[in-house]
Amino acid sequence: MNFSASLQDGILVIQALDDRIDAAGAIQFKDRMRELTQTASDRVVLDLSRVAFVDSSGLGAVVAVLKALAPYRKLELAGLTPTVQKVFRLTRMEQVFTIHDRLPLPLRHAN
Amino acid sequence: MVTPLPTARVHITLVSDPLAVRAGLLSLLCMAPLCDLSDDLRGTVELVLAEVLNNIVEHAYAQYDGQIGVTLILERSILRCEVVDHGLPMPANLLPPGQLADCASLPEGGYGWFLIRSLTCGLAYDRKAGRNTLVFQIDAE
Repeated sequence: MNFSASLQDGILVIQALDDRIDAAGAIQFKDRMRELTQTASDRVVLDLSRVAFVDSSGLGAVVAVLKALAPYRKLELAGLTPTVQKVFRLTRMEQVFTIHDRLPLPLRHAN
Repeated sequence: MVTPLPTARVHITLVSDPLAVRAGLLSLLCMAPLCDLSDDLRGTVELVLAEVLNNIVEHAYAQYDGQIGVTLILERSILRCEVVDHGLPMPANLLPPGQLADCASLPEGGYGWFLIRSLTCGLAYDRKAGRNTLVFQIDAE
């Protein structure tokens, strides 16, 4: 799994650069996210705008990252594509995560 | 009047490995009948097949490797799917109920059968002569 990460105004923005988080990549996703979120920040925003597909293993991995950041930081999500949005909606994970339609404007430039 | 989608059938065989599942899904999506469906429907089919196939890799073939056969038939705007493996049977020869756990408890798994049951109809499982057969339908209209 490939990512880009930048820290701006206390917000750590991580963009997933691969187009899927699935059973074949879920463990690697969790491990890389654990490394990247070692950077101190007030907030963590995961940009999923390049991810076209997340299966239940991928969803479990995103939930695991949310839990690993608690209780001091939350994992926020941005840029869910239609099939990914469907998975979050059906499993009611939309209620658990803070989800932004797009990356907040000041942060778009950095990525 | 809406023109019905053309009748089409495809069959693939893949080995019980997560990377083979990924490659199999990506090739199926490029072939008829899936390549003729809307992006939304293709996403639904990809999700359901991913859950079904990954379950087989993780559970049915937990102790040994094997082959998985996938047949998709699109007829009169219904996509009929049949998935066959020679792995271990479902526990008690029954399909899992697929109930969603309380989302506040933040489960890291257990979403697969819930998604399959939410997105399909006519789900049926049969175990005969060491062979698991799962059939289901997805409305392609």
